[in-house]
Amino acid sequence: MKRTAFLFAAILLSAAVSAPQSPPSPAGSDDARIKALEAQVRSLAEEVALLRADLNAMHQLKTPQPRSSADPVLLASSHLEPGVVASPDPSFSLVSSPAPAPAPQPAQAPQALGGATSNAKLLNPDISLIGDFIGVAGHNSVSPSPSLQLHESEVGFQAIIDPYARADVFLSFGEEGVNVEEGYITFTSLPAGLLMKVGKMRAEFGKVNTIHNHALPFIDRPLVTNNLAGGEDGIDDAGISISRFLPAPKDWFLQATAQVYRGDSDDVFHALESQDLSVVGHLRAYRDLGENTNIDLGFSYARGHNAAGVGSTYNPQDFITSLYDVDATLRWKPLRRAIYHSFLFRNEFIWSLRDQLSAGTAGNFETQHAFGMYSNAEYRLNRRWTLGARFDRSGHANNGNLIDTGFSGIVTYWPSEFSQIRGQYRFGHLADPVTGQYSYANEFLFQFLFVMGAHGAHPF
Amino acid sequence: MRNANLSSRLTAVLTAAILLCSLIAPSALADSKLQIMTATTDLAALAQEIGGEKVDVDSIARGYQDPHFVEAKPSFLLKLRKADLLVVVGLELEIGWLPPLITQSTNPRIQVGAPGYFDASRFAKILEIPTGAVTRAEGDVHPQGNPHYWLDPENGLRIAKGIRDKLSEMRPGDASYFAQRYDSFEQRLKQADQKWLAEMKPYSGRKIVTYHRSWPNFADHFGLNVVGYVEPRPGIPPSPQHTVELIGMMKRDGVKIIAVEPYFDLKTPNAVARDTGAQVVVLMPSVGGEKEITDYFKLFDYDIAKLKQAFDATK
Repeated sequence: MKRTAFLFAAILLSAAVSAPQSPPSPAGSDDARIKALEAQVRSLAEEVALLRADLNAMHQLKTPQPRSSADPVLLASSHLEPGVVASPDPSFSLVSSPAPAPAPQPAQAPQALGGATSNAKLLNPDISLIGDFIGVAGHNSVSPSPSLQLHESEVGFQAIIDPYARADVFLSFGEEGVNVEEGYITFTSLPAGLLMKVGKMRAEFGKVNTIHNHALPFIDRPLVTNNLAGGEDGIDDAGISISRFLPAPKDWFLQATAQVYRGDSDDVFHALESQDLSVVGHLRAYRDLGENTNIDLGFSYARGHNAAGVGSTYNPQDFITSLYDVDATLRWKPLRRAIYHSFLFRNEFIWSLRDQLSAGTAGNFETQHAFGMYSNAEYRLNRRWTLGARFDRSGHANNGNLIDTGFSGIVTYWPSEFSQIRGQYRFGHLADPVTGQYSYANEFLFQFLFVMGAHGAHPF
Repeated sequence: MRNANLSSRLTAVLTAAILLCSLIAPSALADSKLQIMTATTDLAALAQEIGGEKVDVDSIARGYQDPHFVEAKPSFLLKLRKADLLVVVGLELEIGWLPPLITQSTNPRIQVGAPGYFDASRFAKILEIPTGAVTRAEGDVHPQGNPHYWLDPENGLRIAKGIRDKLSEMRPGDASYFAQRYDSFEQRLKQADQKWLAEMKPYSGRKIVTYHRSWPNFADHFGLNVVGYVEPRPGIPPSPQHTVELIGMMKRDGVKIIAVEPYFDLKTPNAVARDTGAQVVVLMPSVGGEKEITDYFKLFDYDIAKLKQAFDATK
């Protein structure tokens, strides 16, 4: 830049010298002054010639040809500051010089240090859309699904709000309308290592409850989720979450999370009054068993009011649902071949204690106990194909003796990171919650997922 | 029958438990050494060169790992929460795994925009910055430019200079120490670069094919001509049609080298090599890719030795 400025100064000075002078001065003093100026111009012309030679040398260093080992490449270029123009346009020249004109060179775009900045993205959030198309063929008399549907279009907005917080909002557009799946602010700079989230969010209850539909390793949700933990939406409510790492034995990671919600989560929790809050607690323990393998354990508890006592002779606020969850995941992914092979084995167990009126005409107060679980294994065969399997077994929340059983085989094909095609065979031995009759379900599900825009990564 | 007030009591107990833990748990101890975490091993190597014994440096990704696809494991959170400085590659290389780690680290020092967040790409010469419309039809393109910029010694020196300035800003009392180490690094790198350039000069302009677009800065610096890729588009696995086209191009242009990163499968490159008489050479894009590559200098020593060997074998 200094050299360019110097060239400009030289041009201006030359122009000033060559311009007619007015008013005329006495001849003697004029001669002396002109000689002095001529000497100055000659000096400047020599300087300009030297500078041009330097510039030419710099341009030659920017060609893709290998540098001579003697070239002071690192000295010349490494002292540039971020944002400084590293290779000025070689065709830029406004000064005629006594030095021989260089051969014409193709114009070259100035190369600044640092990457490009997208003007469209300045101060705007990352915006993404994930389309989730699902088709179902086969027989299921207990919980039939539409044959073809754009099941969900999830629109995400994610941005850093200020130096202390970021926000994530996910709107779910489905066939039944629009739903704020999640919308929360995360305070990242709290003291004492606390992480706080405020807004509507999927509760930290087990594993599958925290995962968005598009990130699941299967098309549907496990039976235990549908029967005991709120179905597709799961425990998803407006509230406040605080989490913190806990002191742990060497090489272990421990994290505790406490969450308070309004108390309305699908058919799991129902707040009759504003103080009927629901709570969720989660303890996570994680350890690397080596570079490629790790184990992830969790214990979760959720508690809130339910709607079973509404309209009864009992106090409706005495009807509580408590859920306990234990999850365990083993992952294997060889780092050198991480994009080709991986294995995941996950088990999740949920116990439900639901206050309700007993079946029959008596309608006495009772606490119904139900248990459910799923076991999922997934193996990545290569960069494009993944095989998976899932075993389901779950009682119903209002009748723990009605046990649904299921098995799924899953194949996933990845054309790229941004689209996914999945097929799932689902077998079920399902109980009708009204009649208590069992029937078999045999279905084939297929799914097309596609991602537009910048969808931020979800937590591990 | 359970009491309705139990809910609020439980809430209070849970919250109190977490707050109590936050009080009794040891906070990050004030260590005399600056704790530096980097996204990749190359940045760790550069930070170590400048920080010397005044810093502890660790990297999230390993040198033989694809830096686009790193699992955001909780064990990294334990390291990130203690970090004074986080050095990232930037240009969205780590977009798939680093942002949630930063958010969950609960470390205000390394949040994006905080003084302890250092984006190395700001100091480097970036190539392949897309112009015009950028779509995924071009594969997993990086809209801000190619993020594999550390494979140019000039960029290594620029990043090192940025790290020197950052460390001096964080520890003004050690500024002269960092300046001295930078000067030493600059001198050694200049000498090494002269040697590397001299070694590569006989192969000036040689055409090569690479698996992924990892080598534009390397090729630019050492005068190689990358004429094709095993991937049809960045991040898209090889397709039969593209492989046939690649084989035809390599035969036509006499391309004899296929450079592959250590984390890609060799099946397709080997098949192409068999058809074209080319040689597959596994180059290391990062420090730590092999055991002997323990620092930034050995990275170029290794890759240049491998390339020379391959060029000589395919004359």
